[in-house]
Amino acid sequence: MTVRILDAGPLTTVQDLGRPGHLRYGIPPSGPVDRASFVLANRLVGNADTAAGLECTYMGPRFRVDGACAIAVTGAAAPVTLNGEPAPRWTTIVLRAGDEVRVGAPRTGVLSYLAFAGGLDVPLVLGSRSTYVRGRLGGLQGRALRPGDVLGVLEGPPPAARGLATPPPVGGAAETLVRVVLGPQADRFSAEGIRTLLGSAYEMTRESDRMGARLRGPRVEHARGHDIISDGIALGSIQVPGDGQPIVLLVDRQSTGGYTKVATVCSFDIGRLGQVKPGQKVAFTAVSVAEAHRLLRESDASLEGLLREETA
Amino acid sequence: MRLLPAGDLAVSVEFGEEISVEVNTRVRALEFLIREKGLTGVLEMVPTFRSLLVYYDPRAVGYEAVCEAIAELARQASTAVLPPARTVELPCCYDTELGLDLEAAATRLRLPVDELVRLHSGAEYLVYFIGFTPGLPYMTGMPERIQLPRLETPRTNVPAQSVGIGGIQCCIYSVDSPGGYWILGKTPLRLYDPEAPDPILLRPGDRVRFRPIARDEYERVAARVAARTWRPVIT
Repeated sequence: MTVRILDAGPLTTVQDLGRPGHLRYGIPPSGPVDRASFVLANRLVGNADTAAGLECTYMGPRFRVDGACAIAVTGAAAPVTLNGEPAPRWTTIVLRAGDEVRVGAPRTGVLSYLAFAGGLDVPLVLGSRSTYVRGRLGGLQGRALRPGDVLGVLEGPPPAARGLATPPPVGGAAETLVRVVLGPQADRFSAEGIRTLLGSAYEMTRESDRMGARLRGPRVEHARGHDIISDGIALGSIQVPGDGQPIVLLVDRQSTGGYTKVATVCSFDIGRLGQVKPGQKVAFTAVSVAEAHRLLRESDASLEGLLREETA
Repeated sequence: MRLLPAGDLAVSVEFGEEISVEVNTRVRALEFLIREKGLTGVLEMVPTFRSLLVYYDPRAVGYEAVCEAIAELARQASTAVLPPARTVELPCCYDTELGLDLEAAATRLRLPVDELVRLHSGAEYLVYFIGFTPGLPYMTGMPERIQLPRLETPRTNVPAQSVGIGGIQCCIYSVDSPGGYWILGKTPLRLYDPEAPDPILLRPGDRVRFRPIARDEYERVAARVAARTWRPVIT
């Protein structure tokens, strides 16, 4: 079974759960920015969480399949059509040979995810099918999809109807609150700088991408210099260069850097941050490491409870 | 040594705030020890000049427990535990076409070009860590006589494989990227080759030596690199 891409959308890439283990060579993990939406798409078609699917930024693709296949669309609230007729998101859609699907521009949110039962068949590169566009690595020839591309789909489980009792809201909030752990360089900022970060709303800008979310708002003031001797950059690191404007580093981040990092966005809020549209606001609230780990367990558990087999 | 939280999935082990062989050796020794012992819950690590970022799985190990285990190993982290370093020889063509700043750097240093090349290629460089872009080595070992502040206006695009100097550091660009180092030459070897089974040439802790080559040899080696018939000299 193959998928022929008719329109690709501005940035549609093959992703699986990522390519961990190569940061010491400067190769980022990549994978989906909104991991929860990605995993749910896979579960809706009966795939393992690790199967490869598509991440679409803003407008999704238009494609045709040449065989029967189950798919699911999750993430941003983007309209889905099947042969021109509206089709549901967050549920299994069974396709027949020749069917054409289109994922449109989201009303809320930024990133849509498309899973195919069996998973997309692109070569494993360093153990992963994820695309790292800047490094021309993985996915389909290390690049975003283009019209005319043909993607293979691996043999999948038999289609079963699955849905979500209550699909999670994605994007749309005028202000998205994300949890952070202060540090590792919180001591390089003034008390006023930390208060500003935690007490203000920051606007998502158009310069944001899979490498980092660039925010604009009140200046986060340093106590001493904004440059440090280069240091590792974690998922969610909030880097603050000399201009005082925060940058949250994401899945395609550089592995190391020489700017101070005031705090780190918790892993379970990265997806919500990634779904914030330019112009919408982000606010930060600080939690302890212990609190973050409790919230992580809660987040894991809520993901487990969402899926529902439809027996009707 | 300080343990600093880096969110819910990582902890930064900071040994200092300086670029020194001593501090970086402890960082690499700790990374080596953690890998050797297979510390529970540790997923991957990023060594830098002066810190080790340790990614762990909080579902497998608690913060306190992972910090305690790291602190214990950090006490043993010294040069004695590290395996012998590799030495990698990189052919480098120091000509004025590939070495975009070769003449300007020589003028600024008040050195003949030949002498600058002799000094740069006569030294041995230590790879402190790989970072920023895939395969890019952070190295020192520069003779003091050829140390220069970085370019006042960084270039918006430096070709991959360019060899540059700035401050106490020597750098080899691994992909086309912006950069502020003085470019003295170019190696025909690829530090990052996304199509190779092992895409990264250099590793943290490697020693690097540059072997000056003429332009015709550069072209010959580049052709063999492209044909994948070139093996770098690693001892």
